[in-house]
Amino acid sequence: MKNILEVKDLHISFHTFAGEVQAIRGVNFELKKGETLAIVGESGSGKSVTTKAIMRLLPPGNSEIKQGEILFDGKDLAKLNDRQMQKVRGKDISMIFQDPMTSLNPTMTVGKQIMEPLIKHQNMSQSAAKERVIQLLKLVGIPNPDQRFKQYPHQFSGGMRQRVVIAIALACNPKVLIADEPTTALDVTIQAQILELMKDLQKKIDTSIIFITHDLGVVANVADRVAVMYGGKIVEIGTVDEIFYNPQHPYTWGLISSMPSLDAKDEELYAIPGTPPNLLNPPKGDAFAPRNEYAMQIDLEEQPPMFKVSDTHFAATWLLHPDAPKVEPPAAVLKRMKQFNRAKK
Amino acid sequence: METKEKLLEIKNLKQYFNAGKPNEVKAIDGVSFDIYKGETLGLVGESGCGKSTTGRTIIRLYDATDGEVIFKGENVHGKKSKKELMKFNRSMQMIFQDPYASLNPKMMVSDVIAEGIDIHGLAKNKKDRMERVYQLLETVGLNREHANRYPHEFSGGQRQRIGIARALAVQPEFIIADEPISALDVSIQAQVVNLLKQLQREKGLTYLFIAHDLSMVKYISDRIGVMYFGKLVELAPADELYANPMHPYTKSLLSAIPLPDPDFERTRKRHSYDPASHKYSADEDVRMREVNPGHFVYCSEKEYQQLKAASKS
Ligand SMILES: Nc1ncnc2c1ncn2[C@@H]1O[C@H](COP(=O)(O)OP(=O)(O)OP(=O)(O)O)[C@@H](O)[C@H]1O
Ligand SMILES: Nc1ncnc2c1ncn2[C@@H]1O[C@H](COP(=O)(O)OP(=O)(O)OP(=O)(O)O)[C@@H](O)[C@H]1O
Ligand SMILES: [Mg+2]
Ligand SMILES: [Mg+2]
Repeated sequence: MKNILEVKDLHISFHTFAGEVQAIRGVNFELKKGETLAIVGESGSGKSVTTKAIMRLLPPGNSEIKQGEILFDGKDLAKLNDRQMQKVRGKDISMIFQDPMTSLNPTMTVGKQIMEPLIKHQNMSQSAAKERVIQLLKLVGIPNPDQRFKQYPHQFSGGMRQRVVIAIALACNPKVLIADEPTTALDVTIQAQILELMKDLQKKIDTSIIFITHDLGVVANVADRVAVMYGGKIVEIGTVDEIFYNPQHPYTWGLISSMPSLDAKDEELYAIPGTPPNLLNPPKGDAFAPRNEYAMQIDLEEQPPMFKVSDTHFAATWLLHPDAPKVEPPAAVLKRMKQFNRAKK
Repeated sequence: METKEKLLEIKNLKQYFNAGKPNEVKAIDGVSFDIYKGETLGLVGESGCGKSTTGRTIIRLYDATDGEVIFKGENVHGKKSKKELMKFNRSMQMIFQDPYASLNPKMMVSDVIAEGIDIHGLAKNKKDRMERVYQLLETVGLNREHANRYPHEFSGGQRQRIGIARALAVQPEFIIADEPISALDVSIQAQVVNLLKQLQREKGLTYLFIAHDLSMVKYISDRIGVMYFGKLVELAPADELYANPMHPYTKSLLSAIPLPDPDFERTRKRHSYDPASHKYSADEDVRMREVNPGHFVYCSEKEYQQLKAASKS
């Protein structure tokens, strides 16, 4: 499959009152045509910042792409100027933002806001655009779209606003859709509808999707591949089966162990101990080391490279070094690995 | 729940937006339930069905169109003196769904968190005030360095934790948590849920917990209410609801829970819910009926008899 997007050695910092926050510290990945790549990872690990960089929507005042390339269709988006970027945004690449309220204009009716990109990028007439908007609202499951068309964002519930944002992003049939927590505010039945809608769109026009979410159930449902982020880096990447049934990085193990199962009883939920790294002053070694019960001396001294697990699966942990001791993953992970091995046989 | 002391009684609550106009929305349409002291009542349901509005009306952000909210025997929506209002505002807090819109971007995090402490004069002096802020930050898994930053410098999940710290600051008795954890990663979700449970054990807090993540709702709630289009359609103890869902909307909801298991997701079957399938006639008395002890379902008399018969066999 052809790569539609390649992110190479991306470094991004924020200049703040307290100093330089090194939010992204060498991120590499590619997005293939027609695939869904899910990005999961700790809150604050840089998922939104990475994808906002692709859209070139980082706050202009205090953010800086220090290094790296963002290749889309052969062009380096990191080097485009504002005007060139405007043509890409909303048309070739569109984004569903994590915060629906701030990405909607509170003073403009919902209908007008969805019409805007259609008129701008697709040269649609007013009446054609309006028709398409009503169709889109129906598509994302908003009842009475004719009436809702004329309402303002504050008259919508949280999940309905989110669906408006989704409608805007889908309006121009983008080549790449970046969805930052698109369904978090939705109930599971509407979530399922939206996920199906995105998959349909993908089948029809071969859209590639970057899907950011904390809900590992949703990841299992939509993703072809999964990237796991921690402390401004991708620490593990692989196919959805590799990440769920054969995870290698201790942070991924921690994530998997933290989920409550539907038959969870009253015991405490597992939570990864400690606090996230301070990106004002990132640690010298593996950023996860202080919270990692499997950490070795070298973890404190040197950042691990990406070790290859399979042609599609890589993880940045010294545990994969040939000289590392064999360790026993947590019980929740072992159970999954057994399933993986059974399935392979 | 052995000793059932009612902390909150919601009686036939209605909230109509744009009442009487053509664009009237019956956001809550006659909802009744009780919340017992020390319990967690989970509230789930379709997006737009009125969960947030229920929370916001309980805490008086909106005046109710009709119905009553009774908190410790007192009508919340009745007339109150300023002093009574203060007391009431302190005992009930809300953690908002939208961590972006609910934090004032011009206020430093320490001031956001300490706002309630200042209003209610809870701190002895400046030092005590900051100590409380630091402790609250640590309680929610942030650190003291964060106190001097502004909300926009935080990720979504970090902001949500600031909102939680702010709600905890005034040591309330009852917290309405409107999707308090959906923006957090699973490990921090686990941390926050453990924290909410710990606070409940130690301080006897009572929660109304609104959420979409049904495995988390099941884990944290004693009882769960399911809403659909402004109405409560089912209310039951958490385990009972999952083991024995009765309303077709609840069944459809449970069938759609995404599980962290790719193999399972590839073959999942969803049931959809069609409200027309009930075929209620105009004169049918459709309301909440107790089918099993503590298990209420919104149904007609005929459906009630069928559910009764089915649950016996
Ligand atoms: N405008 C900003 N100024 C300073 N720091 C920022 C700014 N925006 C983001 N950051 C920092 O960059 C890091 C990455 O943030 P980002 O929003 O990408 O996290 P995330 O992985 O999307 O988290 P979440 O899951 O909570 O949304 C965080 O440590 C955050 O505090
Ligand atoms: N200020 C308002 N003016 C008009 N209508 C409103 C207002 N606030 C909410 N509504 C409407 O009331 C209904 C219920 O909204 P509410 O926010 O309570 O839903 P919810 O159950 O919390 O949904 P979600 O899960 O999406 O957050 C929706 O139809 C919404 O459009
Ligand atoms: Mg984010
Ligand atoms: Mg809501």
